[in-house]
Amino acid sequence: MRDQKRNGFWIALAAPGIIWLVLLFIVPFYAVLAIAMGKLDQLFESPVAVWNPLQWSSSNVIDVARDLVGSASFAGPIVIRTVLYVAIGSLLCLLIGYPAAYFVARFAGRRKGLFLILLIAPFWISYMMRMLAWVDLLQTNGYANKALGWFGISPVNWLGGKPATVILGLVYGYIPYLILVLYAGLDRIDPALIEAGRDLGLGRVRTFVRITLPLSRQPILTGLLITVLPMIGDYYTNQLLSGAASTSMIGNLIQGQLGTPGLEGQGAVLSLLLLLVLLIPMIYYVVATNRSSRVAS
Amino acid sequence: MTAPSVSAAQPPGSSVPAAAQAQPRSRRLLGRNPWRHPWFLEGFTWLYLVWSLVPIIIAVLFSFNKGKSQAAWQGFSWRWYFKDPVNSVLHDPALHAAVIQTVRLSVLTTIIAVPLGVAFALGINRWRGYTSSTFNFVMILSFVIPELIFGVAMFFVFTVLFTGVHLGTIAETLGLVTWNVSWPAIIVQARLVTLGRHYEEASADLGANRFQTMRRVLLPLLAPAIFASAVLVFSGVIDDFVIVDLLSSNAGNTPMSVIIYSTQHGGNGGPALNALGTIMLVMSFIIAIIGFIGYRFLTRGERGSRIAALTTIAGSEG
Repeated sequence: MRDQKRNGFWIALAAPGIIWLVLLFIVPFYAVLAIAMGKLDQLFESPVAVWNPLQWSSSNVIDVARDLVGSASFAGPIVIRTVLYVAIGSLLCLLIGYPAAYFVARFAGRRKGLFLILLIAPFWISYMMRMLAWVDLLQTNGYANKALGWFGISPVNWLGGKPATVILGLVYGYIPYLILVLYAGLDRIDPALIEAGRDLGLGRVRTFVRITLPLSRQPILTGLLITVLPMIGDYYTNQLLSGAASTSMIGNLIQGQLGTPGLEGQGAVLSLLLLLVLLIPMIYYVVATNRSSRVAS
Repeated sequence: MTAPSVSAAQPPGSSVPAAAQAQPRSRRLLGRNPWRHPWFLEGFTWLYLVWSLVPIIIAVLFSFNKGKSQAAWQGFSWRWYFKDPVNSVLHDPALHAAVIQTVRLSVLTTIIAVPLGVAFALGINRWRGYTSSTFNFVMILSFVIPELIFGVAMFFVFTVLFTGVHLGTIAETLGLVTWNVSWPAIIVQARLVTLGRHYEEASADLGANRFQTMRRVLLPLLAPAIFASAVLVFSGVIDDFVIVDLLSSNAGNTPMSVIIYSTQHGGNGGPALNALGTIMLVMSFIIAIIGFIGYRFLTRGERGSRIAALTTIAGSEG
């Protein structure tokens, strides 16, 4: 009785948040499902949500399946391109980010504060401003081409649908997240372990390979997830830096279908499919960060 | 056939492992200090920082360009901020409205999301049960779900189900609150875990009731976490793009990030957009500085370092 009363106080505190989550997080996803499994209003070309699972229709799912696989599929190449761009982009993030995070966590010494401010600065600069900066640099008469001109290389149309430009944008956009996760993980490694490795006669490289690298496996995984998840849903980076259909990604496909009459149901199916694919990495991320924060406290 | 050739390729006898072992030792004896400063790594880090920050500095410079170009410097002016009677941020109605809309959304979202998230964190943390852990999981899920997928769900719920909420400021605020409420919920819970229950128990032993304990003991102890999450929510809304892009309906309720994107993408870019981006940057930096100083002030007397304050304000629990 007393216990229940005590619980009642906390339930009352949590209730507004729970109601909010139900109405504006769980219900919206049911709405997406109802539209994905719904019908099309032939007259207005607007999606009709079907709330009762017994009356669900599979027409949108069949349409999407036809787009994804089959002889006339146009979405299949987009999916492959997305996977490719994200894989290359996140790998580059790791290759660039790890040495920087490693240096700041282990060797920055008294200048750690300065380095951290500089590493964190991009968090405080709007993503759009950071993309705009590259739009400026990469214009045909921009500084990138001027710099190439010094070496006698003729101007390149960087913003005209180049995959390399899109990947550059993705790396530039999401690398700060990876670096901060890596830094936090590497900073947590007990220096005594590294000293012990040295004392036992390991060289610098082997200390790194035998001690630091195995201990940073967890931050590498969570850091990669934190860059991969938003990269997959990104549609604006490649719109700003390329805008060409030849570089469009799954995000562009979904975003484009949202505004197109008649295709909104397929957009709902695609975004649910994407959610389904990403659910496992998302849950892994939640479990992994939960575990590491429990270890830390 | 292959076996003889393999053995022929190897030098005979047990000298192979011996040579492999001797090599690193002799290199170490040559006097390379294993504790020397890693100049290569430091150089690499500086290169990364230059690559990461110099483009922004150039973009800020172009907001002061005299001419219309975003790529060639033509002299300094305030033209794109307020001097130009038509195209400056001050005088172009769309740009002007975007600044106001960003501030409006940031304030509204912070005011709603922070109390909601803090109450949720307190309740969920103390109320042990199946329901509470389920909703805690849902909350964390809302933290990691890709923004586009969440934005699609918001778009559909406001266009198909809650049609009374038209796309615009209210839809944007509801979406942003849901997207950002996990900051206070997660950060305050982390703080509650580190605090433990001793303070509350002491307060109860001294005769305080639950409300007094909450007001006099818990909330002051949670103040740094609440403050940090407010800073993160506010700056998160300034920076947000996907949700507001999908939920805005006309120029009157389109914030800065969306204006920069749609104008540049539409081929009408110009230094006025750089000016808008610079205004966003200055706003964020002011919030960051307030956040850092405020967090240091609230955690004075604790063992936490400047560096801990820095990483907390950037949203990392590290």
